[in-house]
Amino acid sequence: MEIKVVRKVLDVNDTMAEQNRKMFSEKGIFVLNVMSSPGSGKTAILEKTLSFIMPDIKSAVIVGDICTSNDADILAKTNVPVVQVNTGEFGGDCHLAAHVIGNAANNLDLDDIDFLIVENVGNLVCPAEFDIGESARVVVLSVTEGEDKPVKYPLMFRECNAALLNKVDLLPYLDYDKEMAIGYIHQINPDMPVFEISAKTEEGFDPWIDWLKKKVRQM
Amino acid sequence: MHELGIAMQIVEIATSSIPDEMKNVQVESVNLKVGKLTAVVPENLRFCFDIVAKDTLLSDAKLYIEEIPVVARCKDCNNEWTIKEPVFTCKKCKSGSIEIISGRELNIESIELADV
Ligand SMILES: Nc1nc2c(ncn2[C@@H]2O[C@H](COP(=O)(O)OP(=O)(O)OP(=O)(O)O)[C@@H](O)[C@H]2O)c(=O)[nH]1
Ligand SMILES: [Mg+2]
Ligand SMILES: [Zn+2]
Repeated sequence: MEIKVVRKVLDVNDTMAEQNRKMFSEKGIFVLNVMSSPGSGKTAILEKTLSFIMPDIKSAVIVGDICTSNDADILAKTNVPVVQVNTGEFGGDCHLAAHVIGNAANNLDLDDIDFLIVENVGNLVCPAEFDIGESARVVVLSVTEGEDKPVKYPLMFRECNAALLNKVDLLPYLDYDKEMAIGYIHQINPDMPVFEISAKTEEGFDPWIDWLKKKVRQM
Repeated sequence: MHELGIAMQIVEIATSSIPDEMKNVQVESVNLKVGKLTAVVPENLRFCFDIVAKDTLLSDAKLYIEEIPVVARCKDCNNEWTIKEPVFTCKKCKSGSIEIISGRELNIESIELADV
């Protein structure tokens, strides 16, 4: 006997994500979901980004990691509230799900925050699939990775609102074809802004910070 | 490996879709629609499904996965086409302003229960 079901498999996550989104928007908080493969420089970028926008914009961070608190320790030095979530438990090792963000947000004083950054788990596949209730998504790509990452992980690049091409300070030492990488990004997402930056030297940060501030203020 | 979490959701949704008076009937198959743009690898999903379905009403269930092609529509010239290679610009007018019509599905369509 056939029974019709017709339901989204990620129904539960999507519903939680909508609840988060409603809660964040009621509090006027802009939530940025930052994603990349491991080691592209998410934590380093966030550290620098916070130094540019604090204390102007009251910020907080939720950082997801499989099992360490290293990233949280680094970010805590910026004096913003940091909540670390480890996703090592069964079935949740590769991305942050909406209920995890909802719980983590309970540990923050949401009335005292305008901007919440979520550093997702280093992975270009799974996080793209899970809505967490964010306002915008950015993907970080570093010049030490292959130029063709965008075409290998099209969903991630479709789902994001901006790309950060990081570690450009290393370009003189590499055979990296930057134009090719940006071309691939635009092949997947033609209108996507691409910010070429270095979290080490702060090169290229001004346009990125302007973009971000505008988004936070629109909230 | 988020396929594990997805497989768990499938078992949960399928189980809760069985009518109360049939809560002891085995599920023979689960019919899924999975869009090609979705970050799910069918083999991984099957593998995970077999693990999490153990000791449930779905322990012998087959997973039928219908893969849905990525279809886009150009917002500028209305051209509609199937995306086969990773290029998301309109083939006709080169516009980058497109809408994805299908290819993001991850749905349970139906389940098939054993005859009693
Ligand atoms: N040269 C250079 N090194 C960088 C830059 N940004 C980050 N790094 C280095 O790259 C390494 C990884 O940076 P992280 O910020 O930890 O990367 P991540 O994306 O947070 O990594 P995970 O959280 O493990 O996924 C560190 O050794 C950083 O110091 C950059 O712009 N230039
Ligand atoms: Mg990090
Ligand atoms: Zn067109």
